[in-house]
Amino acid sequence: MEILDSIFLNTKKIFLDLLGCWLPDWMILLVNIGIIIGVIAVLGPVIMMYLTLLERKIIGRMQNRIGPNRVGIFGILQPIADGIKMFTKEDIIPQNADKIVHFLAPVLMVIPALLAFAVLPFGRGMIPVNLNVGLLFFIAVSSTSTICVFMASWASRNKFSILGGMRSAAQMISYEIPMVLSVVPVILSAESLSTYAIVEAQARWSGLHWFVFTPWGLLAFIIFFLCGVAECNRSPFDLPEAESEIVAGFHTEYSGMKFALFYMAEYMNTFTVSALAATLFLGGWEGPVLPSWLWFFIKTHALIFVMFWFRGTLPRFRVDQLMGLAWKLFLPLTLINIFVAGGYHLISDRNFRVAGASAVLLVSFLLFTVFLNRKYMPEKRRYDLVD
Amino acid sequence: MFFGLGVLRGLMVTLKNFVTSYFMPPDRGGLFTVEYPEKRLPVIERFRNFPFLVYDKDPENPRCVACEICANECPTKCIYIEKDTDPNKKPLRRPAIFDIDITVCMNCGICEEVCPFDSIYMDHPFEVASSDRLEKLLFHKNDLLKSNDYFHKIRPTHAAAIDARRRAVEEKKKSAAVKPSETGQPPKAQNGGKP
Repeated sequence: MEILDSIFLNTKKIFLDLLGCWLPDWMILLVNIGIIIGVIAVLGPVIMMYLTLLERKIIGRMQNRIGPNRVGIFGILQPIADGIKMFTKEDIIPQNADKIVHFLAPVLMVIPALLAFAVLPFGRGMIPVNLNVGLLFFIAVSSTSTICVFMASWASRNKFSILGGMRSAAQMISYEIPMVLSVVPVILSAESLSTYAIVEAQARWSGLHWFVFTPWGLLAFIIFFLCGVAECNRSPFDLPEAESEIVAGFHTEYSGMKFALFYMAEYMNTFTVSALAATLFLGGWEGPVLPSWLWFFIKTHALIFVMFWFRGTLPRFRVDQLMGLAWKLFLPLTLINIFVAGGYHLISDRNFRVAGASAVLLVSFLLFTVFLNRKYMPEKRRYDLVD
Repeated sequence: MFFGLGVLRGLMVTLKNFVTSYFMPPDRGGLFTVEYPEKRLPVIERFRNFPFLVYDKDPENPRCVACEICANECPTKCIYIEKDTDPNKKPLRRPAIFDIDITVCMNCGICEEVCPFDSIYMDHPFEVASSDRLEKLLFHKNDLLKSNDYFHKIRPTHAAAIDARRRAVEEKKKSAAVKPSETGQPPKAQNGGKP
C-alpha cells in the first residue's frame, strides 16, 4: 500500500535524482516546477476530454440511450474525434465584434480553470503548491472566470450574448457569497486556509473523520456543492447558456476552437469544484485501505456524477428562483451555520452538541423555507390612461 | 410540504433509469435500442417496400402481360412499360421493358392493388441506397423479376392465399373448357377479394 500510495512521488524523485547526476541544483528545482506545470497542463485537457464522454454516456443511460459508442471501443476515442472536428471548423468573428476582446475571452477563460488545479491536494504529499491561503486562492481565482464570460458576451455584440453575460454576472455575485460563507465553518474547524491542512484535519478515525459527518458540515457541504454547480454554469443553474431562451448565451458567437476552449474551461471547473468539495468536506485523500490519490479521485468522481445526475434530471431555474434560492435560503442558512459551528466547538459534550446543532439548523431551515420563501404577490397597480 | 422533496423524487427516477439500463431487459427499464447495422429486427411479413414482379416458373414468361394498368394508376408515374413484339411486329402479352424508378416511387402500393394478373407486389428489401442515381436506382425488368418461391418466402400467408385463388380460377377454366354447355358462360379471371 505504501508503495502504491507514493508511486507518483517516488517516480518523480527517481527521475529528478537521475537528472541530478548531470544538472546543477537550481536546474533541478526548475525541472521540478516544470514537471508539475506540465502535469497540470496535460491533466486539464485530458480531464475535459474524458468528462465530456462520461457525461454523454451517463446522461444517455439516464435517458435510456446508449450514448456514443462508435469511435473506438465503448466510444473512448470520441473526444479525440470531437477535438479534430473542432480544430478543423471555421473560426467566425462577427463583423462588428470587438476583435481583440473576442479573441482574448476564451483564452483567458482557461487560465483560472487551470490555476485552480494548483491548490488541489491530489494525494498524500501530492499538492502542486501548498499555499497557506490555498482556499482563498481557489475562491479568488475561480470567480475571475466571470470576467471572461462577460468579456466574451460584450465583445460578441449580440443581444443573446449580452443577456447571457448579464445573467452570468448576476449569478456569480449571488452564489459567490454563500459559497464563501459555507466554507467558513471548515476553516474554523481546521484552523487553516491551506487545503492540505484542511485534509489533514479530517484524518482521525482512520481517515473517516470527515466534516460532512457533522451537522454543520452536512449543511455547508450541500450549500457549497450547489453553489459550486452554479459557479461552473451547469444545469440546473445554466442560465448564462440557456439554449431554449437565449440561443447559446455568452458563447453564441463562438465557433471552432474558441468554443472548445469555453467547453474546456467549463469541464475543468466542474472537476476542480468537485475536487474542492471533496477536499473540504469529504476528507480529500483521507480514507482507509485504498491509496490516497485513488480515494481523492473516487470522491471527486462521485461528486461529478452527482452533477451529471442533476443535469439529467432537473429543469432549468427561472431567474427569480435562482436569485431567491441564493439570497433567501442559502445566505441566511450559511450565516446561521457559522454561529452553530462556533457553538459546536465550544461545547465539549458530544451528544449534546450534535443534537443541539442539528436542532438549530433544522429549525432555521424550516423557518427560512416557510417564511422567507412564502408566495409573494406584488400589489396590483392600475394606471388610468390619461385622456 | 417539505422543500425539495419533489426534486429528490425526480432524482430517484433518473437514477433508477441509469441503473436499470445496465441490468434489465427492455420491458423492465432496460435499453431498447437496436444497434442497427450490426443487429437488426426481423422484417415483419406485412412490411411493404418497393414493388417487384412475380414469375411462376420461367423469368422469360412472367405473370405480367404489359397491360400498363399499374403504369397508368401510379400516382408518381414511376413505372415505364413497353410491350414485347414477335418478329412480325405483332405485340405479345409480356413486357419487353419494365422499369421502375425507385427514386420516384413512394411505396404507396397502388400498383399491387390494381394489378388484375397478380403480377406486381410490394417487396421487403429496404437498403437500396446507392451513390449512382441513374443506374442503381432505376430498376429494370431483370432486377424486378423474382420467383413465386421468393414471394412465398417473404409473405407466406399472402402468397398462399393468392396461389389458392389462382388455382381455383385455373380449375374453373379447365372444367368450363371440358363442359362449356353446362355453365353456359365463358370463365373470367376474377380479381375481386384480394387478401
